[in-house]
Amino acid sequence: MMIHYRRIIRTGWYNFTRSGFTSIASILIMTITLFVMTSLIFVQAALNASLNDIKEKVDVTVYFLPGTEELAIKKVEDSLSKLPEIKSITYTSSVEALTNFKDKHGNDYLTLQALDELNSNPLGASLNVKANDPSQYESIANYFENDSALANGNLTIVDKVDYHQNKLVIDRLTSIIKGARSLGFIISLFLIIISIIITFNTIRLIIYMSKDEISVMKLVGAGSRYVQGPFIVSGVFVGICASLLAILIFIPISIWLGNNMTDFIGINLYQYYKSNFLQLFIIMLGSGVLLGGISSFFAISRYLRQK
Amino acid sequence: MIYFDNVTKKYKDNFAIKEVTISIAQGEFVSIVGHSGAGKTTLTKLILAEEAPTSGIVSFESTDIHKLSKKDLMNFRRKVGIVFQDFRLLSGRTAYENIAFAMEATGKSDENIIEDVPHVLELVDLTNKAFHFPHQLSGGEKQRLAIARAIINQPDIIIADEPTGNLDPMNAIEVINILKKINDLGTTVILTTHNKGLVDAIKKRVITLENGRVIRDHKEGKYVL
Repeated sequence: MMIHYRRIIRTGWYNFTRSGFTSIASILIMTITLFVMTSLIFVQAALNASLNDIKEKVDVTVYFLPGTEELAIKKVEDSLSKLPEIKSITYTSSVEALTNFKDKHGNDYLTLQALDELNSNPLGASLNVKANDPSQYESIANYFENDSALANGNLTIVDKVDYHQNKLVIDRLTSIIKGARSLGFIISLFLIIISIIITFNTIRLIIYMSKDEISVMKLVGAGSRYVQGPFIVSGVFVGICASLLAILIFIPISIWLGNNMTDFIGINLYQYYKSNFLQLFIIMLGSGVLLGGISSFFAISRYLRQK
Repeated sequence: MIYFDNVTKKYKDNFAIKEVTISIAQGEFVSIVGHSGAGKTTLTKLILAEEAPTSGIVSFESTDIHKLSKKDLMNFRRKVGIVFQDFRLLSGRTAYENIAFAMEATGKSDENIIEDVPHVLELVDLTNKAFHFPHQLSGGEKQRLAIARAIINQPDIIIADEPTGNLDPMNAIEVINILKKINDLGTTVILTTHNKGLVDAIKKRVITLENGRVIRDHKEGKYVL
């Protein structure tokens, strides 16, 4: 049995190395397929980075009435932090709020003068709330509108929740994020299917060219597996070479993108490529081997069905 | 050994073979002659189960060839060596590998292959071309290689379908001499040909086909049309 497999692998290797231009053509076609697949992984990574960036910028701030005791606010913070939707809560005291305000309006003497004339701090403390997912802000805002959620009538200390002002923007961002993800997935799937079909047809064409040889092999008394095996092995070798080629091509491309496009894309793709190299290599190699092997298997099957 | 029992093969409305009944015994050398389209190649295809008869039975040792399972058919084909007019060698393999393939296909060991292939290459006088690819060989050499591949597994029958069709007279005689030698060793040879001179020189059984029918079957026949 071992001798059988050894011969299949050896013959497959000979077929692959002796086919010259045919092998090179199928390697190039499959390299394009793997290039498209890996590019889409890069695009998804860039898209995710941008989306995370946007997500980070979305938040809800709860403003408390000026003069509210810190202890009462801390109580609200504690009860908020128990909600599973909350990612982080940042407390800003009324003093900090005033300092921030002054810093922000450092050149606006009129405003600062008006503030000085008040002789008291008109700004209240606030809690900046970040959710795990933008769609969860609605339930967080509702939490403040629900009396029973806050103990001791704490609702009266809340001046305003800026969710409703931001609602439109947040809703739109949420739908854009969801839409971009689904669209990205559909486009990726579509492109990957097209590339697979092209690769499959190239291999089918190559095996079609060998159909006379296949019939001779059968007339000589070779079993189906013995005829089929070397073609599958050749397909696998094509996949291995194509994945190595694709891996190499991505090195200069990712360096260039990392040096020139990091600000635009929002992620350093060279760093991404480096840190995920093993994963990407396995994906490319696995896809190449499966694509080459399975395409050859199906392409040759039709010639083996005939007696 | 091989029996055609009232065999008819029709392609659409044309009869390739019509009501043919013949039997070929073990060790015979049979030349099948006839004009182009007389049904010679169809006859060989029916023996190899490349084509199925429209009616009638083609049998080998009392087994209907066309009722064999895929596996049994594979085993049957291993008992038959085939030589084609257009050689049908595996273009991506050397002369040595073409012969070795037929042995590998039947599961022979590496030791057997290493031992037998050079021997057969010597028999067909291709020892010095063992590592040439088919496109590096002349027509005569290709046909001798095809014969070497056909005999390597010591088959019971050799079917040679117009093996001299693409060869010059010298090479044609050489090929026929090899086939005769193989026949002398006890292998049944079925030869289809157009070549009158060769058939007359062989002095063995001749079956003449015309329009798909057997019109003559002589034990020590000549090419008469």
